[in-house]
Amino acid sequence: MTMINRTAIFILTMFAIIVFTQSSVLAQKAPPFSNDIMMDNHTYVFFMADRFEYNMNSGLNPLVLDAQGYIGKDLNKFWFKAEGEALTAETEGEMEFQGLYSRAVGPYFDAQAGIRYDVAYNADDSQSRGFAVIGLQGLAPYLFEVDGALFVSDAGDISASLEAEYDFPITQRLWGQPRLETSLAVQEVEKWGIGSGFNNVQLGFRLRYEIEREFAPYIGISWNRKLGQTADFTRLEGGEASVFGLIGGVRMWF
Amino acid sequence: MSENKTNGITRRTFLRYSASMAAIAGVSSILPGYALAGFGSEKRDVLTPQGPDNVIDLTIGKMPHMVDGKRGEAIGINGSVPAPLIRLKEGQDVLLRVTNELDEPTSIHWHGILLPFQMDGVPGVSFDGIKPGTTFEYRYPVRQSGTYWYHSHSGLQEQLGHYGPMIIDPASEDPVEYDREYPVVLSDWTFENPYNVLEKNVKMEGYYNYQRRDVGEFLNDVKKKGFGSTIKDYLSWGQMRMSATDLLDITGATYTFLMNGHGPESNWNPLFKKGEKVRLRFINASAGTTAFDVRIPGLDMTVVQADGQNVKPVSIEEFRIGIAETYDVIVEPKDEKPYTIFAESLDRSGYARGTIAPRKDMMAAVPELRPRPKRSHRDMGMMMDMDGMDMEGDSMMEMDHGDMDHGNMDHSDMNMSAMKETPVKHGPDKHGPGAAAIAQNQFNRMGEPGIGLGNDGRNVLVYNDLKSLEPNIDERPAEREVELHLTGNMERYMWSFDGKQFHEVKGPIEFEHNERLRLTLVNDTMMEHPIHLHGMWMEMENGNGIYNPRKHTLLLQPAQRISALVTPRDKGRWAFHCHILYHMERGMFRVVQVADEDGNIYGQDYA
Repeated sequence: MTMINRTAIFILTMFAIIVFTQSSVLAQKAPPFSNDIMMDNHTYVFFMADRFEYNMNSGLNPLVLDAQGYIGKDLNKFWFKAEGEALTAETEGEMEFQGLYSRAVGPYFDAQAGIRYDVAYNADDSQSRGFAVIGLQGLAPYLFEVDGALFVSDAGDISASLEAEYDFPITQRLWGQPRLETSLAVQEVEKWGIGSGFNNVQLGFRLRYEIEREFAPYIGISWNRKLGQTADFTRLEGGEASVFGLIGGVRMWF
Repeated sequence: MSENKTNGITRRTFLRYSASMAAIAGVSSILPGYALAGFGSEKRDVLTPQGPDNVIDLTIGKMPHMVDGKRGEAIGINGSVPAPLIRLKEGQDVLLRVTNELDEPTSIHWHGILLPFQMDGVPGVSFDGIKPGTTFEYRYPVRQSGTYWYHSHSGLQEQLGHYGPMIIDPASEDPVEYDREYPVVLSDWTFENPYNVLEKNVKMEGYYNYQRRDVGEFLNDVKKKGFGSTIKDYLSWGQMRMSATDLLDITGATYTFLMNGHGPESNWNPLFKKGEKVRLRFINASAGTTAFDVRIPGLDMTVVQADGQNVKPVSIEEFRIGIAETYDVIVEPKDEKPYTIFAESLDRSGYARGTIAPRKDMMAAVPELRPRPKRSHRDMGMMMDMDGMDMEGDSMMEMDHGDMDHGNMDHSDMNMSAMKETPVKHGPDKHGPGAAAIAQNQFNRMGEPGIGLGNDGRNVLVYNDLKSLEPNIDERPAEREVELHLTGNMERYMWSFDGKQFHEVKGPIEFEHNERLRLTLVNDTMMEHPIHLHGMWMEMENGNGIYNPRKHTLLLQPAQRISALVTPRDKGRWAFHCHILYHMERGMFRVVQVADEDGNIYGQDYA
């Protein structure tokens, strides 16, 4: 083959390759690398009224709400909690709200920090106070849902609370839920009826039926025992230190 | 070997006939109509390349989809769920024109096909996706043969029916002899919005699990094993904050399991003639978490292909098919009677089924769902069960087959040998908050059929049985090793590799062009994950040397350690992920980049 032939073939081949690569869809470039193409960094909104119940006890019959939820991503969330009770027989009630930054500190636990705001009212009066909060919430070994927090009030009083719940299936839709709640204060705060030391123990057992996972009516019992000085304050006000009640309510979430 | 022709026409003569007919008249279908009888609604068709440019046109759009008499809204292709069967021939250069009639972007990924990466169809990785109202031209040379499939790689579209089978006929003679064939596309269907399905799992662990160990089961266990050991067992699971019934994240509580688009009620009904060799091309196109256990009571199956690659024939009675895997089996019905093709979901919360019969509308008995299995401590990567197969504890043999004669189990050899191997200990990395349980010991497990299988005397396919028919080309030993751990947290519904979700990683995993690489995968979770690598084969190291099977998807059992040899021949950017759609979307996804020496990924290499 002559030099000219070889050159011609070479040029034509090169030309063909250029035309092919230029005209062909194969010349498309990949999009720049992005790690934002999956739904793994999505913001979710969750709200759950874990307890929304009517408590039949010695005539006071409080309505109890215990709700919480979040808005956020897997590891970092804004968490909100609301818990309170209002008596239905009298004009009296107490509510607390918390707004917390929540950060995953392990596979099962979130560390939380933020503020708490309490409101209490009765027929004559109402009062409020604020707290700084730090806490730990998650799933403990043996599948206990626990929520423990330490509070420092705007008056410098220190207190703590612990809640633990355990859920077990009796059938696939009927669940049993024992529940424990206790609180502790370092200083006495008479205005709020709180003595120092352990304030109270609240034990409950609820039986809920999940019509849907999101909507489960329940019945149960609860026993609330005020302790020590706190019990004394309650008795002074004419209340009972130990209250046993039948409860009926619904757990809902979305 | 039944060479006898039924009704005068064998597959090969038919193919020859139809190929010439196609050449003369441009006949669209090269498959006889009967071969796909009952594949789907009448609209469904076999698509073969048309004209000198080998064109196939596909249109993606919303459509109603009837599942066992209930109407749902699906995303179909050419009006069909599953999408039509695409039939190509090795050696063709094809042009697949895909038009998007949805009001959102879409894509088609050609699952298991080696092609220029820009044609791979992963939005954000290999191209920009197909915008609403536009047409994208997929153009690639077909360099392989076998059973494959195609599906959306956009959002959760795959859950809505955007998947279909793809068969590529070999350029030379097919080493598998058969008279008739059917694709069998297994999938899961929900009438719920898939985004809600995902969200429910994020918000509530085990939302769809209605098979927990409840009080009734506890009492049964006490009766069987005594109070002490039952308590010990339940407490040990509680202590680990794990559930022995975490089998699938999404279950029959929302899913209807489909066989070629048919629910169990509407019964997909393919036909055979007595004595024929029927090739069933099983494809698990599930989007959710559904691994299926497939058997045809009364018929032995001979596995001849796995993930599109011919394997030395293995005779079995049952096999597990992970999501995205394919298995071709040959059955030879000797009697003129119907047989049920039964595909149970791994967690036994439902099944897909069809009836293969000599005539239409015949029915065989549909087996009962077996009791759902339970996770063992071995699945948690614990050594406890290795010590002499403790029947008291929660060993693999204690899988809720209380009424079964343990003496009849034929899997003991297999498991014992698996038990003798030395497990690999997990390193110090706990992978962070996104990883719940770490498998402290990692087992080979390729001789184990998987949870809930192998305990009832059936001959079940295991990964060790797979042996490539042709030797692999690259005989080099591995020059480099890449190890990745499959991690997750069911409680938070976070899924990841090495504890990092996809949005947390800085860039792609780099593979070098034409290097010989050992890819080691370790499942640190206690659930099964089908791991899929685009654009190149994984030669699964199951001890068969150059006959190690080539796979595009590896189903990893809990606490399993698998390695595969890889030669990245095609430059480009390739997706690598768990094929459980929800796990992928929640972070168990990576990009593998194969660049040349200059970091260039746009070149092509067809060698």
